[in-house]
Amino acid sequence: MRHTRMISLAAMVAGSGLVLTACGSSAGGGPAAASGKISDDKIVLAVLNDQSGVYKDLSGPNSVEAVKMAVEDWKAKHKDDAVSKNIEVVTADHQNKPDIANTKAQELYDRQKADIILDVPTSSAALAVATQAKTKKKVYINIGAGTTALTGAQCNKYTFHWAYDTYMLAKGTGGTLTKDGGKKWNVVYPDYAFGQDMTKSFEGQITAAGGAIGQKVPTPFPNDNFATYITKAAADKPDVIGTMHAGGDLINFVKQYNQAGISDQIKLAVGLMFITDIHSLGAEQFKGVTFTEAWYWNFDEQNRAWADKFQAKTKTRPSFAHAANYSAAFNYLEAVQEAGSDTGDDVVAKLEGKKINDFFLRNGEVRAADHRVIHDAYLAEVKPASEVKEEWDYEKIVATIPAAEAFKPVAESGCSM
Amino acid sequence: MSAFIQYTLQGLATGGFYALAALGLAVIFGVMGVVNFSHGAMYMLGAVGSAVLLDVADVPFWGALVVVPVLLFLFGILVERLLVRWLLALDPLYNFLLTFGLTLLIVDLVKRRYGVSGLPYELPAGLEGRVTIGGLSLSSYQLFAAFFSVALCIAVWLLLTKTRIGMIVRASTEDAERTRALGINVGRWVTPVFGFGIALAGVAGVLAAPFRAITADMGSNFIIILFAVVVIGGLGSILGAVMAGFLVGLVEAYGQAYAPSYAQVLIFVLMAAVVLVRPAGLFGREEAS
Repeated sequence: MRHTRMISLAAMVAGSGLVLTACGSSAGGGPAAASGKISDDKIVLAVLNDQSGVYKDLSGPNSVEAVKMAVEDWKAKHKDDAVSKNIEVVTADHQNKPDIANTKAQELYDRQKADIILDVPTSSAALAVATQAKTKKKVYINIGAGTTALTGAQCNKYTFHWAYDTYMLAKGTGGTLTKDGGKKWNVVYPDYAFGQDMTKSFEGQITAAGGAIGQKVPTPFPNDNFATYITKAAADKPDVIGTMHAGGDLINFVKQYNQAGISDQIKLAVGLMFITDIHSLGAEQFKGVTFTEAWYWNFDEQNRAWADKFQAKTKTRPSFAHAANYSAAFNYLEAVQEAGSDTGDDVVAKLEGKKINDFFLRNGEVRAADHRVIHDAYLAEVKPASEVKEEWDYEKIVATIPAAEAFKPVAESGCSM
Repeated sequence: MSAFIQYTLQGLATGGFYALAALGLAVIFGVMGVVNFSHGAMYMLGAVGSAVLLDVADVPFWGALVVVPVLLFLFGILVERLLVRWLLALDPLYNFLLTFGLTLLIVDLVKRRYGVSGLPYELPAGLEGRVTIGGLSLSSYQLFAAFFSVALCIAVWLLLTKTRIGMIVRASTEDAERTRALGINVGRWVTPVFGFGIALAGVAGVLAAPFRAITADMGSNFIIILFAVVVIGGLGSILGAVMAGFLVGLVEAYGQAYAPSYAQVLIFVLMAAVVLVRPAGLFGREEAS
């Protein structure tokens, strides 16, 4: 009897984990500087992301490096006419938890005098930071999170969304594959907010392109045994099986999918995937998998040149999140330069409506109406190991989705600032 | 109907793997009375170990299946000698907390060294295909893993119940004083048991490497299912762990097929039901406390 009691105790301890409750004080600290000046005589860029958990490799510390690269390049470009030579990059770990993100964002804006917060993966955490940006009237450029709410129902004047969102992923993968003949889909998704949103977005795009989702199979999250889910999803022989899993669950899914002996007949589409996922599992396991990329390092010479500089610093190739962090930081500094001020309102005014063409943003535009940054997106397919010519050379870009089509039209965004 | 049989087969294959993974937990508890929370971390070390061996020394799957358990056996002995044994005399809760702490430490060290995205691993040569009979089919590897697991479970059961070594080990833990009086060096026999249990977790880890994500966190979720298996089977009962392994595998497969969102919850519903009806588990002995 005693042992059974011990086990329930064990289960309790394991279940509760380490719950960190953070109670953030919401004492408002408004913008300190008057218009037309650099506050505190310095520009502070803060990267708030996952420095130790599941999103560490796809963004994490290397995004901080990317932002530092942007600062150096920007200083080199402007030299003596730079609006300020005093530029700092600070960083914090939000552990993908919205309450911690909320507290850290306040700390960064107030105590560390951050003028902008960058990155912030995990949708719930991203939305928490958007609220802080709005309250403190300071710029926030999100890169790592996928939710369209940032530029939709919960949009605000100080929040921008730079790289991707769930609509773009669904449009690229769901829309394009369906148009190319994959009419009959089954979708396996983790049963929580992200998985449900992605499935909804995909369904919209697949239906619009003339296809249909037959089975929608929810799975627990996290989960490591997918064998029977895969058998079930393959049973009625769809053209495409879509998975909305990410990280470790995605790797479990793909490994078991390959062993299910169906990869020759049924195409596998992945909702959200980063090049770091392919690197960790090996190209052979992912071969033939289709997904949407916001940017790929080996797409052309321009991308490659930047990727080489990045590799010299970090000894690894960049994911799109790394490139986007650089692009966002660099263009933020450009806007500060144009405005001659780092005050939130002044910088926002310069960013809104700006058309940008850099190595990350192709045909880019910062949409003024909802602050969605639009740019070309890419439908990518993973090469088989035999075609991989060098390390990290995993992807073949099969289609470019023009900026104007890749993202949700303003009329549908539901944003009012 | 054929779909149902297919799900059943898959459930049994998963079940064999669960049985093996839970076996070490049952052995350590049955013999030493230690609730080893670090079992999930040791399982992870088994998988990470085989990936690292492949990467740095080109040791293939079959080599890893031998080398990794031996290394973990030695590591287990070290942990027992340096840590676990000092708390054996105290309430079992102390060793539970110790191994919980050890888990956090091991997982974070692996994260520091190997990152969070996971390590690559391929299927072993010769087991890439599938075995198909009529409308039913299972991957060769899944089939191999299931049979290998069951064979190992039977071997361990025979070792503990039918051999002299097994008798000494059981006697040492039932009544250390009396066993010592019979001229047996008790301490010498208890330490290897812990190492042995850890080695079994390692074997499960090596088996998992080809079909599961090899990440530092892979054991964190898995250990909870393993606890469910040993509680359902009856703590410390080897036969119980094996039977419960299959039962949990089946429940999970049927859950995935017929009630997808509830597949994992069903395992714990089963556990709660078993504990309500038979608090000591299906094959556990009732103990007077």
